[in-house]
Amino acid sequence: MSEVLFYAFAAIAVAGALGMVLNLHNTVAAALSLVGTMVALGGLYVLLEAYLIGVLQILVYAGAIVVVFLFVVMLLNLRRDVFPAGRQWMTKGLALGISLVVLVRFLRLVPGSFGEPAALPEGFGGYREIGARLFTDYVLAFEVTSLLLLAAMVGAVILAKREPSEPDGDPRTPVSRSEAS
Amino acid sequence: MIEEAVALSGILFAIGAIGALVRRNVIVVLMCIELMLNAVNLALVAFSRLWADATGQVFVMMVIVVAAAEVAVGLGIVIALFRNRESVNVEEVSLLKW
Amino acid sequence: MTEVVLKLLFIVLVVAGGMLPLITWIERKQSAVMQDRIGANRADLMGVTLLGLLHPAADVLKLFSKEDVVPEGANRLLHLLAPVIAFVPALLVLAVIPYGGAYRFGDTTLSLVVADVDWGMLFVFAAGSIATYGAVIAGWASNSNWGLLGSMRASAQMISYEVTMGLSLVGMFMVAGSLRLPEIAAFQDQSFRLLGFLLHMGFVEGETLPFHLDLLRLPMWGIFLQPLGFLLFLTCIMAENKRPPFDAPEGESELIAGYHMEYSGMRFGLFYTAEFLEVPVIGAIVATLFLGGWAIPFLSQETIIAFVAGGFGEGFATGLCLVLHVLCFLTKVAILIWLQMALRWTLPRFRYDQVMDLCWKMILPLSILNVFVTGAGILLVEGVIS
Repeated sequence: MSEVLFYAFAAIAVAGALGMVLNLHNTVAAALSLVGTMVALGGLYVLLEAYLIGVLQILVYAGAIVVVFLFVVMLLNLRRDVFPAGRQWMTKGLALGISLVVLVRFLRLVPGSFGEPAALPEGFGGYREIGARLFTDYVLAFEVTSLLLLAAMVGAVILAKREPSEPDGDPRTPVSRSEAS
Repeated sequence: MIEEAVALSGILFAIGAIGALVRRNVIVVLMCIELMLNAVNLALVAFSRLWADATGQVFVMMVIVVAAAEVAVGLGIVIALFRNRESVNVEEVSLLKW
Repeated sequence: MTEVVLKLLFIVLVVAGGMLPLITWIERKQSAVMQDRIGANRADLMGVTLLGLLHPAADVLKLFSKEDVVPEGANRLLHLLAPVIAFVPALLVLAVIPYGGAYRFGDTTLSLVVADVDWGMLFVFAAGSIATYGAVIAGWASNSNWGLLGSMRASAQMISYEVTMGLSLVGMFMVAGSLRLPEIAAFQDQSFRLLGFLLHMGFVEGETLPFHLDLLRLPMWGIFLQPLGFLLFLTCIMAENKRPPFDAPEGESELIAGYHMEYSGMRFGLFYTAEFLEVPVIGAIVATLFLGGWAIPFLSQETIIAFVAGGFGEGFATGLCLVLHVLCFLTKVAILIWLQMALRWTLPRFRYDQVMDLCWKMILPLSILNVFVTGAGILLVEGVIS
């Protein structure tokens, strides 16, 4: 049963990821494919006994981060994108080739390199154990993360804020869009 | 199941990396980076299950927080960029390029 | 397996079969009473109107027989999916809500919750966060400006209130010491002495309080232990589900119907059902967390069983307890449903910027304050008792 579920979730995750990368004409649909991947990964985490992480994955990634992406896409109303043209195919193609070669090497490395999974202690993957770890062994990392979040919050507010002098609905000077097409 | 999970994490990471390299829409590039972070998370969870040690899961939480921060700042930059240039194409943002 | 099926059947029958049609009726009657009208009473079947109770059936017939319109230029697949995504999370939440405690019959224990998971409340949050997509996709896929505006409002509002909804509950989690909903409900099935500190601090001699002071008790409900948390959470969960007065995403006066403007027939019916399903779901969550869930005030499960078992036997006592608890839970949910209806027809709709200001400038600081005050309070109480 769990094997079947694992492969089903894995297939959804890969399909969603491919759907995001290959979808050129519709950024919203690309973001929704990413949601599929995120939800499937949440299922995989639960199958790997990481219950809290599985729920957090759905809650934070699928429920908040991708919604913010969607919000920005809708705000900017983007609908079209194109693959790079002309000379860029050289470098990008090279990058693609290297990625694929590294992936194949990695995949050939994996089978048989891990032993049997260790026996699980009571309450593994629950919020009590992770919370205890987070606030004892890793409390410094926790505090630093909170600092990072604060910095990100201030940064985002400053970046997205309009200049007070700039009147609403100011017709901005259009920039050449010829390169995009 | 752990071997498959690690292999899947490699595949997802590669898809994300390729997407970040070939797509030109900044928002899609950011989404590809999210995908790569998620692939790393999957590997961390798989190894955490392998050793039955919750440390990996603690680090996944850190990664989630960092990803959230990255999205907040990244999308703020995207909005500022769109306001100034009416475009989200990465290749049009090359003023600092030598 | 059969146990789970039976529980699901109970939920579907009570909530979908009983409560949903009743709620549309209550909503109409409530608005009629508050606006000094007679209210829904016209649907009749050969002269029988049943106080307007036939209206829900008429609604369903009408919605099923309407033409299903998909606007030009809409994304057909997503347009079809959106109502389903909006509807399913509200149903999912019902799986983790305990509508009764755990009862021992002989050597089997019957626990009246479908999925007794350790992270129950997080599951509720996760389901709620998925519901955002229903609104977001609906507006975008129908290729309409009003719809798009509605879904942008919905997405911003729902993400914001998700954050504060979680934070406003932290205090309750600290007090109850668990995220598991059956445990939180069972925790509230006791009472505390208001003047107990007199005993612990040595103002009163002896081991127990005088009888008349001992009677000054309150049930250990979230609403008494976390009054601020209760207010904040109720506000947040209503805003998170876009209930009035926080229904700016579908504000008729500005956006016609917001994100579900381009929906007709049973697709609109699904949005409509989801919205009405959210009313009892909100009621059930708030009742479980803050109003003691299935707990009867001042009468804990042991007390009832000990009292009744003497005359009628243990099995009968436990069964009686079960029935009383389920009825008590449904009563609390009904009160909360009424409260939501009254709020809906009392308060005018918030402006959109007011909704966001309320979230980030009022509720967020207050809920963080609540966490600190609760922590200090727990330390204080522990210090006094020991």
